[in-house]
Amino acid sequence: MSAPDATDLGIRRGPAGAWATLVRGLQLSPELREGLGLTLALAVVATAGKVAVPVAVQQTIDGGVVGVDDPRLGVVTVAVALTALALVATSFAGYAMTYRLARASETALSAVRVRAFRRIHDLSILHQAAEHRGALVARVTSDIDQISRFIQWGGVILIVRGGQALLALAAMALYSWQLTLVVLLIVGPMVPLIAWFQGVLSRAFDTVRERHAAMMTAVSESVVGAATVRAYGIEDRTEARIAERIEEEFRAQFRAGRLASTMFSSAEVVAGVATAAVVVVGVWLGLAGGLAPPGEPWVGRLTAFLFLVTLFVGPLRIATEVLEQAQTAISGWRRVLGVLDTEPEVADPVVGTAIPEGPVGVRFDGVRFRYPTGGDVLADVDLEIGAQRRVAVVGETGSGKTTFAKLLTRLMDPTEGTVRLSGVPLPEVAFADLRRRVVMVPQDGFLFDGSIAENVRYGRPGTSDERVRLAFLELGLADWLDTLPEAEHTRVGERGESLSVGERQLVALARAYVADPDLLVLDEATSAVDPATEVRIQRALDSVTRGRTAIAIAHRLSTAEAADEVLVFDDGRIVERGTHADLVARGGVYAALHASWMAGTQAHT
Amino acid sequence: MSTTAPTAFERRIVRRGLGVLAMAVRTMPVPFAIAVAGSTLYATATVGSAVALGWVTDTVIEPAYRDGDIATATLGLAAAVIVGIAVANALGIVVRRTAAYWMQYGLHAHFRRRVAERLTRLPLSWHRRRSTGELLSAANADVEATFWPVAPLPLTVGVLVMLVLAGGVLIATDLWLALVGLLLIPALIAVNLSYNAAVRRPATRAQQGRAEVAEVAHESFDGALVVKTLGREDEETARFEASSQRLRDDLIAVGRVRAVFEPVMEALPSLAILAILLVGAGRVAAGAVSTGDIVRIGYLFVLLEFPLRALGFILMELPRSVVGWERVERVLRARPDAPQGLAEPPSPEGPAAVDLAEVSFGYDDEGASALEAITASVTPGRTIAVVGATGSGKSTLASLLVGLAAPSDGQVALDGHDLRGLAPTAITAQAAIVFQHSFLFDASVRENITLGASFSEEQVRAAAALARADDFVAALPEGYDTVVGERGATLSGGQRQRVALARALVRRPRLLVLDDATSSVDPSVEREILEGLREAALPSTVVIVAYRRATIELADEVVVLDEGRLADRGTHAELLARLPAYAELVTAYERAR
Repeated sequence: MSAPDATDLGIRRGPAGAWATLVRGLQLSPELREGLGLTLALAVVATAGKVAVPVAVQQTIDGGVVGVDDPRLGVVTVAVALTALALVATSFAGYAMTYRLARASETALSAVRVRAFRRIHDLSILHQAAEHRGALVARVTSDIDQISRFIQWGGVILIVRGGQALLALAAMALYSWQLTLVVLLIVGPMVPLIAWFQGVLSRAFDTVRERHAAMMTAVSESVVGAATVRAYGIEDRTEARIAERIEEEFRAQFRAGRLASTMFSSAEVVAGVATAAVVVVGVWLGLAGGLAPPGEPWVGRLTAFLFLVTLFVGPLRIATEVLEQAQTAISGWRRVLGVLDTEPEVADPVVGTAIPEGPVGVRFDGVRFRYPTGGDVLADVDLEIGAQRRVAVVGETGSGKTTFAKLLTRLMDPTEGTVRLSGVPLPEVAFADLRRRVVMVPQDGFLFDGSIAENVRYGRPGTSDERVRLAFLELGLADWLDTLPEAEHTRVGERGESLSVGERQLVALARAYVADPDLLVLDEATSAVDPATEVRIQRALDSVTRGRTAIAIAHRLSTAEAADEVLVFDDGRIVERGTHADLVARGGVYAALHASWMAGTQAHT
Repeated sequence: MSTTAPTAFERRIVRRGLGVLAMAVRTMPVPFAIAVAGSTLYATATVGSAVALGWVTDTVIEPAYRDGDIATATLGLAAAVIVGIAVANALGIVVRRTAAYWMQYGLHAHFRRRVAERLTRLPLSWHRRRSTGELLSAANADVEATFWPVAPLPLTVGVLVMLVLAGGVLIATDLWLALVGLLLIPALIAVNLSYNAAVRRPATRAQQGRAEVAEVAHESFDGALVVKTLGREDEETARFEASSQRLRDDLIAVGRVRAVFEPVMEALPSLAILAILLVGAGRVAAGAVSTGDIVRIGYLFVLLEFPLRALGFILMELPRSVVGWERVERVLRARPDAPQGLAEPPSPEGPAAVDLAEVSFGYDDEGASALEAITASVTPGRTIAVVGATGSGKSTLASLLVGLAAPSDGQVALDGHDLRGLAPTAITAQAAIVFQHSFLFDASVRENITLGASFSEEQVRAAAALARADDFVAALPEGYDTVVGERGATLSGGQRQRVALARALVRRPRLLVLDDATSSVDPSVEREILEGLREAALPSTVVIVAYRRATIELADEVVVLDEGRLADRGTHAELLARLPAYAELVTAYERAR
């Protein structure tokens, strides 16, 4: 059921229809447009040799074989030699066309891939909706692979055969406009028929895609939920659920396959009818003198025409074969274009204002945030946090704490109001400057596959191994680092999975620490660390961040106890503000939270 | 372009690839047979249409021209024959394609079921050694890649039939003309083979390039928040661009090979027709063949051109197929490290007894073990807290207790039975574990609690109430029937944990293991839950992995782990008094005040 549909999250759907997709796609890829005219001209030339063959057939039969008692081999040899030359020449055109197309399309697609990758990083959806990441990876991988595969295979075939059909049609018209008309009258109705069938088929394949997504969701439950499946002994049930979805997908696929088969074969029948009609009408025309000037033979002309009909209808037959591929490629392209056409919600200013050097102060004026669908997540936030202050932000799950941190670090922009750092409104600060001065440590301490040192260096490129060690030492984590098999050179594995969640948070903290920001934002950055270590880190952070501004979203209230000031969020608003002692004395929301926390951490009496 | 000789690796790919195709045919013989029948009809009709056209030239067109007249009946017969052959041809196509789809999609379904069966049955330790992406890809892209060449397989068989028939027609017509045709076929095959040899290397590199691009994108997007908060988008884009450009260069190399061979393969049949004209005119002059013979053979080559290309399709897809199959096979061939137990002893009444004897556990071969020689017994009905620093082995111990992992040394016993000897169902019937990150299925809240077992509405609600999930579930749009979305995405972390807790409680397990299972629940709610559990007097032995002091104090006894070793055990008060490391751990917050 829940097929990943990024449109819910603000990614545009992309142009409607195949033609609009093609136009927009060409607009966005100058590499594809460049020299396209020449490539298409080469495509037409590339098929000329093939269309010349029926002419040679006609010349041979009419000029050399039929109606002469002694076949004139000279005529035949000249016709054959000329056509062979044409074939060789057009083969070179074919080489040039195919190579140019491959070069242009791969260059263009690689550029599109990179631009889409960057655009996705610039969008908020990546960190807002983790469950859609897989779909976003598909935008820069399989979607583009499909376009590339199509252009290199089906695309070349469509272009070449299209050129072939056009040239064959021209040659047919030269031999006999009457017969050409007959063929067009028979083949013509196929075009709207194919278009209609195409619609039916595309809906059938849409169903296949939906069922496929549902099937993969079921399979992913057996992988992601592996521990739960085993702990509760529901292997049979899980397997049955998957088998059901597999069966549903198969049924949808088979239905689409049957439709496609029928469609492909219809072109065959039309070709047969056209050939039969040309024989009947052609003989009748020939007898009536409509095929050749009186006295000249017309057997070769009619035969050549029959060859040309095959060359004209053949592409239609092949087109139906590659249209299915085209369909997939175009919908992939549309999805990629949708990404490129989505403007980032949070934009880097063209000309940035620098945040004044030195400790950073924070100011919120009338800030409100709401998602397009739904009510306020945060409202009426007016506050000033002085430079070098250490502030703890507390509140229950869903009270708006994390949104506050995201607005502060400009991962999102407020719906209303302004956030300023040292007096500069955030939208005016260049990203490069902002990220250098303000660093947030998220709860999920994501690590890249590499060593601990490499991950810490990610915070500040060029940091030496000694400096990395020093960072752990200063954070009071040197003894932990030394318990690891290879200390800072220990590899963390894919996504840091060789380390425990708490250990990953320690590395993430060191990474932010070496980045040396003026404003450090911690979003429950030590939530999975044991209390003793957490308290130790807390003390270390206190001393090493002295002189900077630090804002900590706290899961455990020990952080609040040590802060200069506490902000209490409740239901999207700041309801209390003051020192820990003041707030406890006030007996409000914070006092209640704190009492519950105390009860959890202190001895029961 | 010079064609390189196939390496041993490439020969192995072709051999393995043909093996995969043979396996596909053995798995689904019926649709394959039908598809081949359809393909044979198609091949016969295709050659037949060339023969028919030659016949029409000789018996209709030429006599009409010569005599200046033709019988309507003859003309009608000619038209009927042509249309009839076209219909037979179309029928052949429908049958072949439908059966080929049946076969291809049927193979997808068959092997997806088998992969899913392995994914659900293999032990957790096996899962942990592999990435989610790798396992999902086995059921998805790898299965599809494996059976790509299956779609054109029946067509290929048809093409072989076509070649035999065409050869027959050629020989029957005229030996000289046949010689021309028989030169064309080996030429086409030779070009095809060298095409494949030339394209294989860049194509394989491109395939690896695609995988690399996907890997970078996956990792980079997974780490999006880190990339953004540290402002490293430019570096990430450069990293992605580097792999994207390598892929681009390989794909252009593939395109270049295609550009060389495609026009040659296009031109060959046309050149053959020209040769036929040249030789044919001479043979007509010699009185050996008729105009119709030339038309028939020329037309035959026009028709054969496209099907002959199909031979190449299969060869071209073989490397992808083999790589896909090797990945699928890795999952299908996987077996648990240790055989599953079979014993299903009758379960005694009341809470379970748990005994650990010299239990050690190491993840993979990474030297340091997560647990070392733990010996401990838990008296039935007691509540034990497991306490230790980050990385001390608490979660490992929790999963050993319910048989999700097997100790590398020593034994874990439930009611005196070694877990390794027990059937999985015998364990799950007694024990339930709740994880810190419990998994919710894309199903209703009720189904997530029952997991398909038959519990009454009352039981479900009672368990939810005990887990303090009843209030928020009642507030959901459809209460217990609300579907929670993929992985429970519509619920908060704390809500997911409470549903997962209800899932364990509804089973009234004799052994309940809570692995930091309420970490995302607000402290006040957590306290209600824990007090509720104590008051509910469950028939359970309870093991709680926890950090919060209040949680620990609810336990009758505390087990302290330190770097995988059992440091001490006793009541909270005793440990506080005699174990400084323990005191430091559990009173950290108080001392920080």
